[in-house]
Amino acid sequence: MDLNYTPEQEAFRTEVRQFLDENLPDDIRERVQKRLRPDKAMTERWQKILFDKGWGASTWPEEFGGTGWDPIQQIIFEEECAIAGAPRQLDFGLRMVAPVIMTFGNDEQKQRFLPGILSGEDWWCQGYSEPGAGSDLASLRTSAKLEGDHYVVNGQKTWTTLGQHADWIFCLVRTSTEGKPQQGISFLLIDMNTPGIEVRPIIMLDGEHEINEVYFDNVKVPAENLVGEENKGWTYAKFLLGHERTGLANVGQWKALMKRLKEVARQEQDGQRPLIENIRFRDRLAQLDMELRALELTVLRVLTDKNGPGALASSLKIRGTEVGQQLFEMLMEAGGQDSIAHIPEALELEYNGPRAGSLDATPSAGDYFNMRKLSIFGGSNEIQRNIIAQLVLGL
Amino acid sequence: MNFDLTEEQQMLNDSLRRFVANEYGFERRQEIIRSSSGTDKATWSAFAEMGLLGFTFPEDFDGLGGNAIDTMVVMENVGRGLVVEPYLATVVLAGGLIRDAGNDAQKADILPGIASGERLLALAHYEPGARYNLSHVQTTARKDGDHFLVSGQKTAVLHGGQANQLVVSARTSGGISDETGLSLFLVDASAKGVQVEDFTTHDGHRTAEISFNNVTVSADNLIGTIDDAFSAIEKAVDLGIAALCAEAVGAMEAMNAATLEYIKTRKQFGVPIGKFQVLQHRMADMFIQTEQARTMAILAASEADSNDRASRREAISMAKTLVGQAARFVGQEGVQLHGGMGVTDEMFAAHLFKRLTLINLLFGDADHHLAKVSDGLLARTA
Repeated sequence: MDLNYTPEQEAFRTEVRQFLDENLPDDIRERVQKRLRPDKAMTERWQKILFDKGWGASTWPEEFGGTGWDPIQQIIFEEECAIAGAPRQLDFGLRMVAPVIMTFGNDEQKQRFLPGILSGEDWWCQGYSEPGAGSDLASLRTSAKLEGDHYVVNGQKTWTTLGQHADWIFCLVRTSTEGKPQQGISFLLIDMNTPGIEVRPIIMLDGEHEINEVYFDNVKVPAENLVGEENKGWTYAKFLLGHERTGLANVGQWKALMKRLKEVARQEQDGQRPLIENIRFRDRLAQLDMELRALELTVLRVLTDKNGPGALASSLKIRGTEVGQQLFEMLMEAGGQDSIAHIPEALELEYNGPRAGSLDATPSAGDYFNMRKLSIFGGSNEIQRNIIAQLVLGL
Repeated sequence: MNFDLTEEQQMLNDSLRRFVANEYGFERRQEIIRSSSGTDKATWSAFAEMGLLGFTFPEDFDGLGGNAIDTMVVMENVGRGLVVEPYLATVVLAGGLIRDAGNDAQKADILPGIASGERLLALAHYEPGARYNLSHVQTTARKDGDHFLVSGQKTAVLHGGQANQLVVSARTSGGISDETGLSLFLVDASAKGVQVEDFTTHDGHRTAEISFNNVTVSADNLIGTIDDAFSAIEKAVDLGIAALCAEAVGAMEAMNAATLEYIKTRKQFGVPIGKFQVLQHRMADMFIQTEQARTMAILAASEADSNDRASRREAISMAKTLVGQAARFVGQEGVQLHGGMGVTDEMFAAHLFKRLTLINLLFGDADHHLAKVSDGLLARTA
């Protein structure tokens, strides 16, 4: 047992840090560090830079153009990216649909879809939830009927994150109503430019457009876009959710935010003293700092476990999102009344207008409201507890 | 970066787990607790044979040269079976102090005796009114010719009533809470002027209140340098905290197993109560808290031997805080999920709860260590 990074791992960290120093554009760094509104072009630019370096997919094996890094290297990379102020890469392609295609797709699908994900050319979104199928995902009703060499898709997906930018959507669709609900689900890749698809925005409580409803009205999807076998989609969906959850612990980003929170606590004034000297605030900061350290080490422990994350993935999703939400809450609270003004225009880099309170407080309350999603999406934290109860505890 | 036990540690873990399950069952433990000494000679001899009692001592002194990770493996099993033997008091605390601060003559005199199981030692450090402050010592040691005269009152001396010898901290200079001016002495428990009041603790361990009234101690029995014992005491307590964190993890694991078993078999409304989602989620949270505590116990053990004081103390305080909070949560929930049975003396869960509760109180509770981390944060960002 040794909790120190090896010299090789430290050298790798230095290499990543140096790359980021030299290649992360200043405007992107500034936008991320000030927690301004994310935008599509920024994410695509950064993905291209990583792709050109050969680091487009830190979690993929080399045979598909990934880096082939081990879990510790992946963590180091993510952490350094977050600390440097790099934008988060798009999970939907890289970490969600890609592993499914690699594992269950055919060779043609791998050749067709993986390169676009890697280069960032293709923007993917996820078509899982429906108005009537949230936590009870298996009750989904969007149907796909095979007619000749096409599926005809009808129905509605919702909570589709960044679907307004997407070129492709991976969908769970119902191909059979026989047997248990889980047995009639298939995994379908759909071109968002196909006639019959309509994307309608859902405005979130922070006033931002991040999620969408996606309607399918007699959408023709080539049969070759089915991944794996018909009616086996539930297996692939569960596989994907396992991947998603490990990523949701999000330690690198939380460490960067914690660093920022400590700086803010030192800068913000509480009367004649800096906020960090307010013992009630500082004790809560210390508590959160410890929980983040515990999360970080638990993630490392789980990812280096020879037996794989297993159902511990669920506990990481729970703890990771809880810690993240508390971070955003404390960032808002650190701003005090500076946090109350809602100035959507100030979330753009070029904004030069008036502000209420400090620059740092500008995005804080909005972020806090927005991040309530963390404990809800990716399988709500209550669903994760169900999974632990079933898979770990056998209840 | 790796979290794997070595093959030897894995073997130790397996054999100790078997021993505790087979030889240290609930009934046997109850008998030991009710006995006059509150400890079990046969168990102690078995520990000596397994090499546990000298595990972390140098090989030159009949030890195995182990480290705090080895102690963690032992203590997890101690926690799992609620072993009440003086492992923490004798091997980790007093033994650790002699190992780290004693001279070769003292090590040669004492460590082999601990390793063979013949000698029990205890650390007499905390005092009334000190609460968790390690430098608050009013007991004095006054030089008198080639002897010292030790006078004062010690509290919460774990297994002090069972020890043959006591490692006693005393002030040789400085004010009541100064870190400098502390010295350590080896004192025979039977020496004239030593009065020991032995008590059973709520969790079946033993503790003593010990007073020293002009006890004559030979200068040979000064451990380490005069006036300079504080860092050694702090280090020993850190080793003790790391050990307690591991013990708590073992006890939490046992609590989860006992609770799970209970809610799978206890039926109400015609079904096992574990079918109810409200209990499933609480059980899931107990599991999550235990895994987080396990991570922190590993961190504590990894840092406990370090001489980098700031980083060691931070890790230890972080671990004791989160483990203390988890111990409270898992302990209370475990009892609650057992329903009425949880508050009876016949249930193992009740005994696990009591131990988990007292572990939080020992060597600084969660609030105390949270304040340490919090103050450290201020110092670092200043």
